[in-house]
Amino acid sequence: MSWGFLRDLLSGVNKYSTGIGRIWVAVVFIFRLLIYIAAAENIWKYEHDEFECNIKQPGCENVCFDHFFPVSHIRLWALQLIMVSTPSFLVVFHVAYRENREKHHNQKLYKSPGEIDGGLLCTYLISLILKTGFEIVFLVLFYKLYNGFEVPRLVKCDIRPCPNTVDCYISKPTEKIIFLYFLVATSCLCIVLNLSELSYLIFKYSIKCYLKRYIKKCQ
Amino acid sequence: MDWGALHTILGGVNKHSTSIGKIWLTVLFIFRIMILVVAAERVWGDEQDDFVCNTLQPGCKNVCYDHFFPISHIRLWALQLIFVSTPALLVAMHVAYRRHEKKRQFRKGDQKCEYKDIEEIRKQRFRIEGSLWWTYTSSIFFRLVFEAVFMYAFYFMYNGFQMPRLMKCNAWPCPNTVDCFVSRPTEKTVFTIFMIAVSSICILLNVAELCYLLTKFFLRRSKKAGNPKHHPNHENKEETKQNEMNELISDSCQNTVIGFS
Repeated sequence: MSWGFLRDLLSGVNKYSTGIGRIWVAVVFIFRLLIYIAAAENIWKYEHDEFECNIKQPGCENVCFDHFFPVSHIRLWALQLIMVSTPSFLVVFHVAYRENREKHHNQKLYKSPGEIDGGLLCTYLISLILKTGFEIVFLVLFYKLYNGFEVPRLVKCDIRPCPNTVDCYISKPTEKIIFLYFLVATSCLCIVLNLSELSYLIFKYSIKCYLKRYIKKCQ
Repeated sequence: MDWGALHTILGGVNKHSTSIGKIWLTVLFIFRIMILVVAAERVWGDEQDDFVCNTLQPGCKNVCYDHFFPISHIRLWALQLIFVSTPALLVAMHVAYRRHEKKRQFRKGDQKCEYKDIEEIRKQRFRIEGSLWWTYTSSIFFRLVFEAVFMYAFYFMYNGFQMPRLMKCNAWPCPNTVDCFVSRPTEKTVFTIFMIAVSSICILLNVAELCYLLTKFFLRRSKKAGNPKHHPNHENKEETKQNEMNELISDSCQNTVIGFS
């Protein structure tokens, strides 16, 4: 079980997405997942070992690291990727349910099980809202946990058992900031894509509905 | 998810590329991505552990490392490879959009649609003309821009392409000017020069492809203006043969890549 599993699942989602949805999948695969695995993971790999405090007191480094990094950036990033990808599966499940129903009743109940209309449209819209919601929640979490998106070179720590205020140095802060900004930028891009897809679908189907009613009125 | 997945995504674009585009893709996968994964990552693997400063002051090493390597070579290359590969997706999306339109026409039972079944639409290779020409040319242009930007960023950040053995650092909390030693400087210099050389080759290939596409475009225009009658079937047969040969060559190269990764 690894990121390949998520990749395979998301490829399945691509079939039932709109054009903007496919761009979203491509952005998630290439600019988030691939960057995470190819570059970001290695930066944070030895963050605890390389975190150094100017003190010989045993336990002080551990306690300070835990205080400043309650949840490591890289774990939060991984959680964000997983949570943001999962609402897409609602659509896959709904399509599978439709296909199952057709098989069960042995007749064609829908024009095409994968076409976005009726109940599937609601599911798709809900999945878009959930995706956007998760993105915003994680961005806010990052902001609140780390005082804005910054990684300082030096943090001052005075938690027991550190005997007094101690200087602790974080490893590779500049590289971490660059990749954090990259994460924030791609998150914002995904939020924009989700919101455009939402507006596009709402607009398209309201026009469709309106035209249907208009034609009925004329008849 | 790894570089192999990128290979799968870009492999689809290969079918609709020119010959130079196929060579570029092969160079990208064999001389850049494979070298990065198989060799370069190991050379830079222990970079901070083996970065040693002549001081016992805690924190000095961290700060000096961060000062001299704001972003590691290996990460910069990974970013460069990802950014340089993505314009090809524009072409993939355009082709997918065209296929989608043809499928829609076919399903509606359009008389103009010349395909016999959906499979033929799926397997069809589109010629690089019309709007696809513009998409393809823009993707090459963006590739060139990204390559140039990353090469400049490299040169700017590291003052040239050589990795020094010794760096002098006096950032706080280092008590005074301290000697810091980089691990494996010669090996890193060799790989840096190699990657820069292959980047330059890729830039040349992209420029050649751009010139080729522009020449083809102007020739086609002058042909159309000068001679309205031409023999599309004859042209198609020759091009199909050439494409089949190109596909055979690139498939055998890609099989070698898959075998390694």
